[in-house]
Amino acid sequence: MADIVVKTEDVVKEYRMGSNILRALDGINIEINRGEYISLMGPSGSGKSTLFNMIGALDRPTEGRVYIDGQNMSQLSQKQIAAFRCHRVGYIFQSYNLLHVRSAHGNVTLPMIFAGISEKQRNEKAEQLLDMVGLGDRMYHLPDELSGGQRQRVAIARALANDPSIVLADEPTANLDTITGREIIDLIKRLNTEQGVTVISATHDLKMLDVSDRIVDIRDGLVERIRNRDEIEIEVGEVGGAGH
Amino acid sequence: MQQRTPIEEQIDLPFVESLRISFQSLKIRFGRSIITTAGITLGIAFLVSVWTNNEIGIALQESGRQSTINTFEETTEQGISTKDIWLIIMSLIVCVVGIANSMLMAVTERFREIGTMKCLGALDGFVVRLFLLESGFQGFSGALIGALVGTLGAVLLGLKDYGLDLFFYFPLLPANPEDGPMQLGVIIIILLGCILGMILAVIGSSFPAWRAAKLPPAEAMRTEV
Ligand SMILES: Nc1ncnc2c1ncn2[C@@H]1O[C@H](COP(=O)(O)OP(=O)(O)OP(=O)(O)O)[C@@H](O)[C@H]1O
Ligand SMILES: [Mg+2]
Repeated sequence: MADIVVKTEDVVKEYRMGSNILRALDGINIEINRGEYISLMGPSGSGKSTLFNMIGALDRPTEGRVYIDGQNMSQLSQKQIAAFRCHRVGYIFQSYNLLHVRSAHGNVTLPMIFAGISEKQRNEKAEQLLDMVGLGDRMYHLPDELSGGQRQRVAIARALANDPSIVLADEPTANLDTITGREIIDLIKRLNTEQGVTVISATHDLKMLDVSDRIVDIRDGLVERIRNRDEIEIEVGEVGGAGH
Repeated sequence: MQQRTPIEEQIDLPFVESLRISFQSLKIRFGRSIITTAGITLGIAFLVSVWTNNEIGIALQESGRQSTINTFEETTEQGISTKDIWLIIMSLIVCVVGIANSMLMAVTERFREIGTMKCLGALDGFVVRLFLLESGFQGFSGALIGALVGTLGAVLLGLKDYGLDLFFYFPLLPANPEDGPMQLGVIIIILLGCILGMILAVIGSSFPAWRAAKLPPAEAMRTEV
């Protein structure tokens, strides 16, 4: 039996704007296995980020349930949700979301401060993580002094600070050029294969296709289809062939 | 689907850790902190100068001295005129609105930061404490400077109006209420100015910070300023 780490049941999210109600998610049912690399794909406005927020406990669904590790997220207390965000999930965003008043090192240590880890341990861990993402020589730079790709590396290091079992990435490459984007994807893929981290990434980026185990196509707030790796490879081949 | 280790509760951060984070934040944002603090300083300086100026006027009139220019004012026997009361009330309003606005702006530009900290595991209480500490410090230093500047301004004005007589009759301490109209004295006014500035800064910052901390992080992070 596959080990299911994320499961959504009929997840609906409605946004109310005045008298209008916008149904951004219209009943999403997906199951994600531990250690998988999942890409959420779909046109702009289809609901990828909204789903990302539901899975990461960054917002509450209007209806339906999200289970992480078998735990119904809507039954958690405030303090449990904070601990969940702190320990179980690492978030990576399109716009990096680094705290601009803290250095690269300071950004990576913050989740460890919240986790109550000793200063010595968190400094060691931050150095090790920043080394791993290739920023060993830029540790004490402020985010404003780093390039987009470097900032996203800091964000990745920060996401890994408390050894999460899930990494959620919302369009991590959208603000980066092709080559830098490729490097970021490879880095995330490495976490997935080497450390067994479950990766769930919303993306437009076709470069994500060939590292994904499965692709969930979202359209108008619904799961349109789910493609497996073997189906993807054929399509990537076709795309590649047509391009040449 | 099997149940894994249950999700534990997030720990509360030790106070020193909050203190350290808030000071670091003030330090790195130094330029911006100064502008916010200057907003507090201005508000309090205005209030304290109007108020002190008024007390100086009363004290010198009590003493029988006449202002070289304000002789025509319809000062009542009780000392303080309705016009002066209005002036003080107006300056109080300007002070409250100015400080609240400057704190609100400073917090609003940090909604994204609040959302991000919550993603990393911050409790709502930590966010509020962070803003309490930062604004308490800004409020105290801004208001103290403002009160001193305001007093200095009033003294200079008084010197212009009354010359050196000012120092003989300077209303430093509260006047005996039986001797005439209520007078608090400059020391109390400075003290009240400091307390008012600090309270306004803390409320003006913590209340919006608390509202932002209660938002789901996704919403807090959406705000672009
Ligand atoms: N806070 C909000 N308030 C109102 N409407 C929202 C809000 N967030 C999202 N929406 C709407 O919900 C729909 C889905 O948005 P979402 O951000 O999930 O799309 P997306 O697939 O991530 O798009 P993109 O690829 O452009 O990032 C859109 O129509 C959007 O306008
Ligand atoms: Mg999106």
